[in-house]
Amino acid sequence: MNEVDFLLWVRGPGLAIASIIFVLGMTVKMFEIFMLGRKKNLAELRGSGIKEGFRTIITRSGHVDTYSTRNTRFTHIAGWVFHIGLFTAIFLLAPHIEVFKSIVGFAWPALPTPIIDFATVIAMITMLAMLFHRITNPVLKYLSTGQDFVVWALTFLPLLTGYMAYHHLFFSYTLVLGLHILSVCLLLVFFPFTKLTHAVTLFFARWYNGMMAGEKGVQQ
Amino acid sequence: MADDRTLAEMLRAQGITRRGFLKFCATTASMMALSPAMVPKIAAALENARRPSVIWLSFQECTGCTESLTRSHSPTIEKLIFDVISLDHHHTLMAASGEAVDEALNEAMEENFGKYILIVDGSIPVGNPAYSTVSGISNLDMLKHAAEGAAAIVSVGTCAAYGGLPYASPNPTGAASVEDIIKDKPIINVPGCPPIPVVITGVLAQFLTFGKIPELDSLGRPMAFYGQNIHDRCYRRPFYERGQFAETFDDEGAKKGWCLFKLGCKGPITYNACATTKWNEGTSWPVESGHGCLGCSQPNFWDMGGFYRALSMPTVDLANKAGIGLAAGAAIGVAAGALNRGKKAKAVREHETVTVDDLEKGA
Repeated sequence: MNEVDFLLWVRGPGLAIASIIFVLGMTVKMFEIFMLGRKKNLAELRGSGIKEGFRTIITRSGHVDTYSTRNTRFTHIAGWVFHIGLFTAIFLLAPHIEVFKSIVGFAWPALPTPIIDFATVIAMITMLAMLFHRITNPVLKYLSTGQDFVVWALTFLPLLTGYMAYHHLFFSYTLVLGLHILSVCLLLVFFPFTKLTHAVTLFFARWYNGMMAGEKGVQQ
Repeated sequence: MADDRTLAEMLRAQGITRRGFLKFCATTASMMALSPAMVPKIAAALENARRPSVIWLSFQECTGCTESLTRSHSPTIEKLIFDVISLDHHHTLMAASGEAVDEALNEAMEENFGKYILIVDGSIPVGNPAYSTVSGISNLDMLKHAAEGAAAIVSVGTCAAYGGLPYASPNPTGAASVEDIIKDKPIINVPGCPPIPVVITGVLAQFLTFGKIPELDSLGRPMAFYGQNIHDRCYRRPFYERGQFAETFDDEGAKKGWCLFKLGCKGPITYNACATTKWNEGTSWPVESGHGCLGCSQPNFWDMGGFYRALSMPTVDLANKAGIGLAAGAAIGVAAGALNRGKKAKAVREHETVTVDDLEKGA
């Protein structure tokens, strides 16, 4: 298999297999979560839980409580910076938008490549800093499992190979583009079975939190 | 055929001045990315080179490679250089026909055994050899026979180099490339559909100059001509960086000459000299004429998921695959969810309640 065959495989069958596993895994996971059900709230409702649920999805992200985050400031800031960089790279690069267009049927405007490049570098630097923080901070180190490092690598590799592809580093573009898509395939395959699912479950979890608080009449 | 004159003598006989000859050597040197100091060496090597025998075999091909070569604007010095190469056998170009052709081939092979350059264009039908034969001889047998005495083989065109169009899915003839079949000879791939004329002659000049095959990339192509990426050398590259793309072939973007990536340009994965050498004596090249690069110097360019599909797009219908995943996931999910609920209900049922009295009894 030469590099062209490799690229063709990851763009075609490889990506198809990864996508099926990703969607299948996520669907199973969602059914499992929702079918567990919740205990019935027997107390009298003191407010709209539904409205508060949706409100919390947004407010929980925007709210920065300087007191309770005083010991985790680095994680908060780095988390924000990394996620913004990651989303910029994934969703605002023209070739990526073409991929989404081929799936959903519509496109949106792209950003110039130097901005994407900058966002990618920022995301990678932040990830390295967070990895360093994880292995040097005693509490984080104690809490970390093997999966945390696997998930870190799965997220880091698409950024790294994407950067290498754009700058034509080390190998031919054909090979690096193949590696880049392969790294995304790996991310998709492991996504439903690791804590990467937080990208989806985060919204449900927040909604439930908000709903429960809303039904109890918690004042915001 | 047996002509012992050197190339320099041949060229002078054809009215090529020393100045013109050196100009060609300088052009060749710059194309091969060699220092100007190499120009006299190239000139000396070429001047003293004996007229090498070249055997050109055409298999499953469209004759486009030969057309490319012969339609180089006449008279170019490259063409003359090619004329003075002893092209002893060429299915399409030779005047002879019938048995005389076979004789010419055998004669050239015997006379120059171990020294001739074998040029092949077209792929070889291995699945069913009957798809392409010459004088009743299968392409496979003819290639094996001719390769025996070859000093080196030059696979001209993507068909000979990687299978090309005949190799395209579902490959009805079982087409194979030269390097798939011949393993014991140095092979230079000069892919392209067709290759740039000056690249074909350049590779031959390089071989004559240095007497050995040039530095090749991982796909067997001379680095001198295939070391550059089309996307990197494309004059439309700044539009890619700015995110300015032609969305259709007749929109404002297309008129302004914006990047053709979204229209399926394969420039980013293509290695060839088009963007710098250009075609028709440097007149233009595909991207300059408003069409994306097809990636014709790459293996499997015909099966790259469509000429007009952006390179980053998957070659399969992912929405359809997602549907399959969703349906299967829903079925498995409902089953798993029901199983979990069953477990939960069982746990609730089997949960033994304990009263304060029970605890006191135990104490």
